Amino acid sequence: MKNAVGREIPDELLVDGREVYRGNNALDGKEYVKAGPKVRSFVKPQESKVLENIREAIVRCGLRDGMTVSFHHHFRDGDYIINKVMAEVAALGMRNITIAASSVGTAHDPVAKMIEDGVVTGLQTSGIRGGMGEAVSWGKLSTPAILRSHGGRVRAIESGEVHIDVAFIGAPTSDEYGNARGRGGKSDCGVLSYAMVDAKYADKVVVITDTLAPFPNFPPSIEAVDVDYVVVIDEIGNPKKIASQAARFSQDPRDLMMAESCARIMAATPWFRDGYSFQAGAGGPSLAVYRFLEPLMRERGITMQWAIGGITQPTVDLLNRGLLRCIVDAQDFDIGAVQSVHTHPAHYEISTSQYANPMNKGAFVNKLDFVVLGALEIDTGFNVNVVTGSDGILRGAPGGHPDAAAGAKCSIIVTPLVRGRIPTVCDRVVTVTTPGESVDVLVTDYGIAVNPRRPDLIDAMKEAKIRLSTVEELKDRAYSIVGAPDDIEFYDRVVAVVEARDGTLLDVVRQVKPYEL
Amino acid sequence: MKNDRRAEAKNRLRRTMMFVSAQQPGLMKDAWIYRPDSIIFDLEDAVAENQKDSARFSLYHILQAVDCGGVERIVRINGLDTPHWREDVRVSVAGGADGIRIAKCEKASDVQEVEAAVEAAEKEFSTEPGRTLLMAAIESPRGVLNASAICEASERLFGAAISGGDFRKCMQTRYYPDGVEMAAARGNLLLAARAAGVQCFDTVFTDLGDMEGFRAEVLMNKKMGFDGKSIINPRQIQPVHEIFTPAPEEIRQAEKIVRAIRENADKGIGVFTVDGKMLDIAFLPGAVRTLALARASGLYEGEL
Amino acid sequence: MNIASVAAAGSLESGDLQVTIEPADKDVHVEISSGVLRQYGRQIKKVVLETLERLDVRAAKVTVVDRGALDCTIRARVESAVFRSAGHTGAVPWGGAVKE
Repeated sequence: MKNAVGREIPDELLVDGREVYRGNNALDGKEYVKAGPKVRSFVKPQESKVLENIREAIVRCGLRDGMTVSFHHHFRDGDYIINKVMAEVAALGMRNITIAASSVGTAHDPVAKMIEDGVVTGLQTSGIRGGMGEAVSWGKLSTPAILRSHGGRVRAIESGEVHIDVAFIGAPTSDEYGNARGRGGKSDCGVLSYAMVDAKYADKVVVITDTLAPFPNFPPSIEAVDVDYVVVIDEIGNPKKIASQAARFSQDPRDLMMAESCARIMAATPWFRDGYSFQAGAGGPSLAVYRFLEPLMRERGITMQWAIGGITQPTVDLLNRGLLRCIVDAQDFDIGAVQSVHTHPAHYEISTSQYANPMNKGAFVNKLDFVVLGALEIDTGFNVNVVTGSDGILRGAPGGHPDAAAGAKCSIIVTPLVRGRIPTVCDRVVTVTTPGESVDVLVTDYGIAVNPRRPDLIDAMKEAKIRLSTVEELKDRAYSIVGAPDDIEFYDRVVAVVEARDGTLLDVVRQVKPYEL
Repeated sequence: MKNDRRAEAKNRLRRTMMFVSAQQPGLMKDAWIYRPDSIIFDLEDAVAENQKDSARFSLYHILQAVDCGGVERIVRINGLDTPHWREDVRVSVAGGADGIRIAKCEKASDVQEVEAAVEAAEKEFSTEPGRTLLMAAIESPRGVLNASAICEASERLFGAAISGGDFRKCMQTRYYPDGVEMAAARGNLLLAARAAGVQCFDTVFTDLGDMEGFRAEVLMNKKMGFDGKSIINPRQIQPVHEIFTPAPEEIRQAEKIVRAIRENADKGIGVFTVDGKMLDIAFLPGAVRTLALARASGLYEGEL
Repeated sequence: MNIASVAAAGSLESGDLQVTIEPADKDVHVEISSGVLRQYGRQIKKVVLETLERLDVRAAKVTVVDRGALDCTIRARVESAVFRSAGHTGAVPWGGAVKE
């Protein structure tokens, strides 16, 4: 059945109440009952929940074949938790495990082998790169992987679509009772926003830390009331890869040129006023927008009220210079962000439910004025792909992209027209991860296009004398430079499904055919 | 080439002339999107001696395949003391470059020698005769002293550029922020260029980290009367264009002057006053240039 | 042109390619590796063969390591390698055997 972005969704996937995507707000007002975890009470007073090692935690939690385990990715490429836990799971001879992670990446290449061995047969994630992406793309996973946005992941957990049997939560610090924080220790990651949701909805919760803090480790991100066991290990991650050196502005002239366009576009809309709200993706051109916003804000004498998202140094700088009143933080990408969330009184940690769940009663993203995001591909219908390479292999992350794009009054995609020889603006994206309905403006190094669904923005750009192209013109330009690419060939077999924020099916990813010239 | 069209081509706005190495096709293919006024594809210093042949093939195909969206396409050829420059001229003309920058120009006959090679190449490749313009890069004390003759050496020559790297070495000095080491050369070249009625461009500023020093130098260039500057990175474009952009008051004034001169010329009046200032036809070129600069910066959309 | 000796041109920088050409007894053999093989492998091969044909190269072994180069760069690097291999240092037939 064809969905609202023109993608054919195989009927065999439309079971158990699964529907095709019918538009961003099709499920507005839908009523449902939240899922709850099965809780084993700790009535008898006890000193400690600390276990010997990860293996003991797995055994005590009763993890067995066919169950679902969850992980967060606040440790990014520095994460050791998934590999350590899964190595024990495999060593215990378990099979048919489903991993429900907020993201997996190149750090988890060892788990790709477990997909081939049948230890892992299900994968649900908001990002997939490296060996895991290859394994899924080549059809090694026995059930289709489920790709969700950050908000969509929370929705799936809170609505019971995914039930987590055991959540393994790496935490920079924890007390022996399980009060865990993103702060301190050897592997400071700032916040634990993704894990906050897992802790509330998983049957069993295991906190894994390398730094035991005195009780009570307060104020906690993960509360002891939700935690079954605590395991102390030598290292939970590689600090250098968890919080990278403070993000510096790109010096790449192309990034800067596009970032300047983004700022000019924002300034040409009615929402660029005192008290506006903003989110920027972590890519070079998106981050560089901050540099060009600052002079525009000073010129107009306005201040940003709140910034949200993955946080980096440029956001923190704005806060410290008094041009931003507060930061709401769901993830920290660099040391600057980590330090700020621990010290600045107006830099707040939030859960990813607060951040982006479309099915709660008020996610932050829905109050965004502007968001600036990147793309691997964008097509003439403004549909964006951030998950598959143009060769069809999974190597990206929807993350908060679909959530912020849908929520913001003005969503801007910034991307070079071509990357190497790959046209970024194309006829048809390989995979739709953010529907064109959510995307308002496209900024490239060759020109700017506004989604025809937004005549108000087209008028505002004309008023500000910002030259516009059509997205078709940009696409033609791209193809005239690099030539029209050959279509990628796929087998019929579906290796992953892409859920829209509301859980309906936005697209499917099929198994790539081997290629010979 | 018709004289008025050539005059227009020779006098086009050249605030920024950006060097791009002909050895790096990845950079050459879309350097124009940063909108410098001119791009200089460099076959000289940026290309290693054993890659000169290869760079010419890349250059030829880039010139043929990429139109650069109206940005002027100049080629810096190797010096006349090298075995490369004649083939450099051939490939530039065959590829369809708008002009050639003659490196290490020392005397009028250097320009004429290149001019003869260009004429021959235009014939060989059936290019419109006179289409390929020339500019001279002055890099030595001798060149500076011969600037006047160089600037008057060819009808094709649209301008001269001072090149500081070699010049400073010859003069036993180095870069100083106040520009004192280049003062005589800059002044002499400007005088020669203005006397010959051609454009004049300042040398590159190589420290990309020192944007303040760069801006100061560009401001000095503007005060001295340069038409523009050779640059090495897209990041340098915007500051130059900004500094060369006339103030709103200057634009209004220029508009008034152009209007008044034309109206009075129609009536046969030669000297008159605008806002209490005495004006005559000699003020026209300056005012026209001000409006052209304003238009290039998007600040003037009038009909003049 | 006669492929007389092993010659190479180009680089492995992004947007470029490296072309190596070697003498062969008969026929032209082309080997291509590229990050965009799926989308542009066919086109790359076509451009390489067309360029060789224009230069009248009848026998050669050509190895292309592509880094996302555009067609115009592919032509330039193949030509450069062929001219080097043939020991050609004189005037290049711009717009003749060498053209877009």
